[in-house]
Amino acid sequence: MPRRKGAPEVNAGSMADIAFLLLIFFLVTTTIETDAGLDRMLPPMDPPEDIDVVIKQKNIFTVNINRNGQLLVEDELMDLKNLRAAAVAFLENGGDGSCNYCKGRKDPASSDNPEKAIISLKNDRETKYATYITVQNELVGAYNDLRNREAQRLYGDDFTNMEAEYLNPETPSSVRDDLKGKVKRIQEMFPQKLSEAETSTN
Amino acid sequence: MSKFAKKKDGDLPAVSTASLPDIVFMLLFFFMTVTTMKDSSLLVENTLPNATEIKKLEKKDRVIYIYVGKPTREYQKVFGTEPKIQLNDKYASVDEVGSYILAERAKKPQEIQNVLTTALKVDKDANMGLIADIKQQLREVNALKVNYTTYEGNAFNNLQ
Repeated sequence: MPRRKGAPEVNAGSMADIAFLLLIFFLVTTTIETDAGLDRMLPPMDPPEDIDVVIKQKNIFTVNINRNGQLLVEDELMDLKNLRAAAVAFLENGGDGSCNYCKGRKDPASSDNPEKAIISLKNDRETKYATYITVQNELVGAYNDLRNREAQRLYGDDFTNMEAEYLNPETPSSVRDDLKGKVKRIQEMFPQKLSEAETSTN
Repeated sequence: MSKFAKKKDGDLPAVSTASLPDIVFMLLFFFMTVTTMKDSSLLVENTLPNATEIKKLEKKDRVIYIYVGKPTREYQKVFGTEPKIQLNDKYASVDEVGSYILAERAKKPQEIQNVLTTALKVDKDANMGLIADIKQQLREVNALKVNYTTYEGNAFNNLQ
């Protein structure tokens, strides 16, 4: 048998093993950071005093969480699962008839229009953070449901998708400029008015 | 026949592995780019609650983190099991939050100082009293944009 020409090849069959070893090592050690959450704005420390706003009781949707995680919504005990539907019904009630896209019951005892409707969230100092987040999630979800519905009707896309794309820095600026108007318009249809009063101490 | 017999006595033909280093490097670069190094080790338990209506936090340089939770097991002997605040690498009291935010804000470039977000990474078992105190501190230093960092998942799982 004739000898092969050239340098003998190094047996590199184990290179694949090394590659897999590296792969598995990094797979195990990598934690992809979970940096997503509920965005909220806190109320400023000293409210502007020159404006004297009178808010009618019927335009406020009060949500109270007690220390056991029970909900008191508009002075009635409510299950957390029904909160989203109740908030949606309140927001799009449209009692004064000025809101032509609302599909609510137009109950005169509930909110006038989405512009005026305010959700007020109060909690106890002993309330669990997890419960608080669930309630926040449901209330933000109520706004998002309504906004999605209107965005679907006007632009054929979900509001949450449009907003995420608008906020994503990788979106080309031409698309972003186009989305800006749309996102703004939907936000103005259902402005997010979620007030967090100071925690009660009792 | 001799055509077939010839192959038997030869060595195993080696698979060309010239491209394997490339593959390894590709993997290495991929993981190097996606891995984020933790800049502070956690001293508190941090099981975040779940939520569905979440927004991604873009632009990491504009975020200030505050961790809240029970001290991890090795610190529980010293610090007890009441939820505590962690700023950078150490435990802090509520009054230190304001000055911490101001100090962090001063480190950032001028043009983004007004658009900073405070990410609250709070353990689901913490109670709202501490969070309310933190929120009060944040309002005092005018850091009004907060993000309650959560995992993505069914929010009702929080209640179990």
